[in-house]
Amino acid sequence: MTTQTVLPVEASALTAFSERSSEPAWLKEKRLQALELAGQLELPKLEKTRIDRWNLQNYGAPGAGAQPGQELPDSISAYVDPAHNDNLIVQRNSGAVVARLSKELSAQGVIFTDLETAAKEHGELVQKYLSSVIPAGENQLTALHHAIWNGGVFLYVPQGVEIEIPLQAVFLVDDADAVFAPHVLVVAESNSRVTYVDNYISGELNSPLVHNGAVEVIVKPGAKVQYATVHHLGSQITDLTYRRALVENDGSIEWIVGEMSGGDSMSETLSVLKGNGSLSDAKVIAVGSGSQRLNYTTKATHYGKSSESQMITRAVMREEATAIINGITKIEKGATKANGEQTEKVLMLSKKARGDANPILLIDEDDVKAGHAASVGQVNQEQIYYLMSRGISREQAERLIIYGFLAPVVSDIPLKQLQDQLQALVERKLGQ
Amino acid sequence: MSTKFVIEGLKATIEGKEILKGIDLEIKGGEIHAIMGPNGTGKSTLASALMGHPKYEVTDGSVTLDDEDLLEMAVDERARAGLFLAMQYPSEIAGVTNSDFLRSAINARRGEGNEISLIKFIRQMEGKMKELEMNPEFAHRYLNEGFSGGEKKRNEILQMMMLEPKVVVLDEIDSGLDIDALRIVAEGVNAMRSEERGFLVITHYQRLLNYIKPDFVHVMMQGRIVKSGGPELAERLEKDGYDWIKEELGIVDETVGQEQEA
Repeated sequence: MTTQTVLPVEASALTAFSERSSEPAWLKEKRLQALELAGQLELPKLEKTRIDRWNLQNYGAPGAGAQPGQELPDSISAYVDPAHNDNLIVQRNSGAVVARLSKELSAQGVIFTDLETAAKEHGELVQKYLSSVIPAGENQLTALHHAIWNGGVFLYVPQGVEIEIPLQAVFLVDDADAVFAPHVLVVAESNSRVTYVDNYISGELNSPLVHNGAVEVIVKPGAKVQYATVHHLGSQITDLTYRRALVENDGSIEWIVGEMSGGDSMSETLSVLKGNGSLSDAKVIAVGSGSQRLNYTTKATHYGKSSESQMITRAVMREEATAIINGITKIEKGATKANGEQTEKVLMLSKKARGDANPILLIDEDDVKAGHAASVGQVNQEQIYYLMSRGISREQAERLIIYGFLAPVVSDIPLKQLQDQLQALVERKLGQ
Repeated sequence: MSTKFVIEGLKATIEGKEILKGIDLEIKGGEIHAIMGPNGTGKSTLASALMGHPKYEVTDGSVTLDDEDLLEMAVDERARAGLFLAMQYPSEIAGVTNSDFLRSAINARRGEGNEISLIKFIRQMEGKMKELEMNPEFAHRYLNEGFSGGEKKRNEILQMMMLEPKVVVLDEIDSGLDIDALRIVAEGVNAMRSEERGFLVITHYQRLLNYIKPDFVHVMMQGRIVKSGGPELAERLEKDGYDWIKEELGIVDETVGQEQEA
């Protein structure tokens, strides 16, 4: 027997859900095993954050919630243009609204569909890779995720296939009765190339909800994956996300993460640089407001020789928001010539906002390069004065300084559309 | 209406210490006034207090620009009313390009609905930068970030030229400039001379005044203007230094607000 608190889902309900969805037996088994683990495991220990005090109970019920029709909700029109997008997945309360893949890509063997469908139609692939990068047994949250995941995406890019246009997904939740735990699984075979962009958005909810999401990316030798994700869930949602890539020889992962959610949020974005010459580049921008508690971690673990990682996080905190920003560069013994660089900066706009930047280097190999920089500070009043002395209002001056602070991340985002969208979201979140 | 900038009985403190002890000065459009004086006599404090730097508290007196009370205004309102301060130590602001900053400043003055067109702005900016012999790439560099001392000063003058203020205060614009840069900066200032615009040039070297010819010269000591005259006063200061004024006025220590040395 375990001493854990009551889990948000019963095994019987999970079994019923899996069977009703006609999931393969291996998947049902996997879910139930994960649920059992969830009952035994502890919550993750986060730096300076008492996650046990967050709302972690309101998961909704598997398979519940308003089932979507075929119409696209208006609220997503700001994020996608369905009329001009041949490669698009839209899910509402974890149910598929749109799942499209162009004929050209389909003919090349690309798979882009919701994960449930993939588990049925491409069972071997999904079974092989699901939870291969984020094991259920890591902690209570990952275990719960693997038990109850619902919705999500499977993206498979065959060997040598290079996709120019970004594939896009939108996860919308507007019913707190539904489980909101999408799982995104990306497999990029050798020397393939793909860009994937998604948005997590929410409508009006009548009660609190937990988002427990996971992203697994498998980057095979020489493959190149660009993964961009923007979360802007409402203040009633506790946003918990694990993102992880496993990168083989000469593969590369680029993370672009916009953390714009309105509730308490935790995310970890980790690249496991297994292969020699593997690369990781992570860019994170975050804006906190209200009384949000935020804990964002970027991490790179180097096993491969000459592997390289770059991590940049910029966070702006206003009102009474608190952010703990962690950067972890871990270089294992044998990862000679590895190079890891990280920077975390927090800008606080009010006296009650709190920020903490923790750069951590864990290095077990001598022949490496690693560097870090971190800073936490208020808006510089001399700068405000200087801008105002040219006729710019205080609000506009602050705005310029904030965008200037975020610019090194935003201006480096390779997708113009995403750059503009992030800019607009930052603006909205800052109340301007 | 010709510009009229009037300072009367201005007193200011920093951290409780009185630095300005009653300044009176009137600058009309078309005039160039120079304020000279050794270090630590309150010259830069005057510039900062006029602009409204938050560290300085004005405790008495008035400042008006065309009969409008400047001291009642916030820093940005003073700027929009027509006051410009070329700063001795301009801030560096990462992530904000010089051109974005300048355009924001121009549009702040022009007001909503009357924004300058991008093409017109770029044409103007490029033109002025050429006059100041600035490398065009400075338009796209982050504001003052990594600029040399001379480049920052030219950038201040560029802003002045673009914003076309009514009253210009130049705070030690000559410090850190080599002779070529000094000439270019002075030419920029001279090109802006007009009947509608007054200048207050703060310097402790007469050298600058060879390039920017003042109509009036004032000497500041102990937080006051202690002597005023025409251009010949600056020439005498260049030749004889400040000691004769101190002697004439019976001043031993010309500085203000500094701790007594043990």
